[in-house]
Amino acid sequence: MSDNAGANGATGTDAVKAGLARMLKGGVIMDVVDAEQAKIAEEAGACAVMALERIPSEIRRVGGVARMSDPEMIIGIQEAVSIPVMAKCRIGHHVEAQVLQALEVDYIDESEVLTPADEASHVDKRRFTIPFVCGATNLGEALRRISEGAAMMRTKGEAGTGNVVEAVRHMKTITQGIRRVASATPDERFAIAKEMAAPLDLIEWVGEHGRLPVVNFSAGGIATPADAALMMYLGAEGVFVGSGIFMSEDPPARARAIVEATTHWDDPEVVARVSRGLREAMPGLEIAQIAAEGGLLQTRGW
Amino acid sequence: MSAADLTRPRIGVLAVQGAVSEHEAALADVGARTTRVRLPHELDGLDGLVIPGGESTTFGLIAGRSGLLGALHERIASGLPVFGTCAGLIMLASRIDGDGDQALIGGMDIVVRRNAFGRQLASFEADVVVPVLGDPPMRGIFIRAPWVEKVGPSVEVLAEHAGHIVAARDRTRIVCAFHPELTGDRRLHRLFVDGVRGATAPADEDLKGGIRVGSQ
Repeated sequence: MSDNAGANGATGTDAVKAGLARMLKGGVIMDVVDAEQAKIAEEAGACAVMALERIPSEIRRVGGVARMSDPEMIIGIQEAVSIPVMAKCRIGHHVEAQVLQALEVDYIDESEVLTPADEASHVDKRRFTIPFVCGATNLGEALRRISEGAAMMRTKGEAGTGNVVEAVRHMKTITQGIRRVASATPDERFAIAKEMAAPLDLIEWVGEHGRLPVVNFSAGGIATPADAALMMYLGAEGVFVGSGIFMSEDPPARARAIVEATTHWDDPEVVARVSRGLREAMPGLEIAQIAAEGGLLQTRGW
Repeated sequence: MSAADLTRPRIGVLAVQGAVSEHEAALADVGARTTRVRLPHELDGLDGLVIPGGESTTFGLIAGRSGLLGALHERIASGLPVFGTCAGLIMLASRIDGDGDQALIGGMDIVVRRNAFGRQLASFEADVVVPVLGDPPMRGIFIRAPWVEKVGPSVEVLAEHAGHIVAARDRTRIVCAFHPELTGDRRLHRLFVDGVRGATAPADEDLKGGIRVGSQ
């Protein structure tokens, strides 16, 4: 924990960190690369924006080492919008995370979309006042991140592909894991904790409550309003949309439609109405081909 | 309303985005039935409404597109009891201090300042004394929280923190800048739901409503 005595009370407590994620529930967090895109996202109804130098599909295309964004760009976005501003640091890059905290971003995404900085350890997120969100592909990975101090989770999916299949797989794997733990006897949970490589106390918490201890969003490959509604249907508490918006033909209209579809995910009439006339979605990529080329981002982190 | 309904009033929770399930759990704990409100017709038959924490700009945009914002304004102006926390407080304000061109519902004669305590780095928790609730103080969780700059003559200040107004009420309308729905303390939810019961009760039962105590 990083409880500090602030001017008004204790800052950086677990309740304060996980609480902001609760306020984002049911919403859409959009990747943006400049103040202009951030304004478009805010005006579409995004509940937060993720500031990054290049959206994931561009990172994929350009290759090389992807790092934390230029502080200048992050500040420009903070000045442009009143909604929370998140930013990404590399996995295990303690100092990039410190820089983002110094910039007063509202959430740090320790993200597999950037090139990992440490092959053994993730950032010790308990030492920060700013909360962290992390990606996961299964329950054990999610609980490892939470034990390190993550205050919000998201599926990894496969960023920058416009292909929702991996996000679906990760969301279902996490919820299936939760159901398995919940139906296990107390003694079986010891074995599950070992098998999932997750702390026993968190496995027991999940067993008792039947959910993750923090809010869980979906990310990685969401490109259409129906994709966003599908992830909500599968139990996501909100969605991140990266390349899906600003790589499409009409970003403002698509951003708005994805926001509406996330709120009204269980009302097919609304999803149908907002999906009309959006012009082309981003071009999608086949996962098997990326895997064959060794380009999967979801295998980064452990 | 029937006597049976009075014991379990029907409270809508604005559900365009935000901490909806937390309020549903808190309302259930104090004996209310809850229903989610995302479209205008879902306001029909409600005895009261909760506007949760979330992003107030998002609320205004989504609710504005479906006509919900206008419907909320009408229902609240004509007396629907309402409880707003954080973003809910902002939505119920008559005005935002500073650069505020965002859509509001209004209904409370208050002027608010958004993100008044700062960004997430400054978000905090602290004990908040709420005199109408007695001891102990509430544990206030403040997340990018607003505060109330000014209140009109009809508005009673319920709590202050660090010299700023963080909770207020006007008859059956209650607002607070922190998040009681994130703690197990149900006293503000009970105060609100008791007020709903009072507002919908026959006249001679009005005095039993908790909302009347101390609001004269």
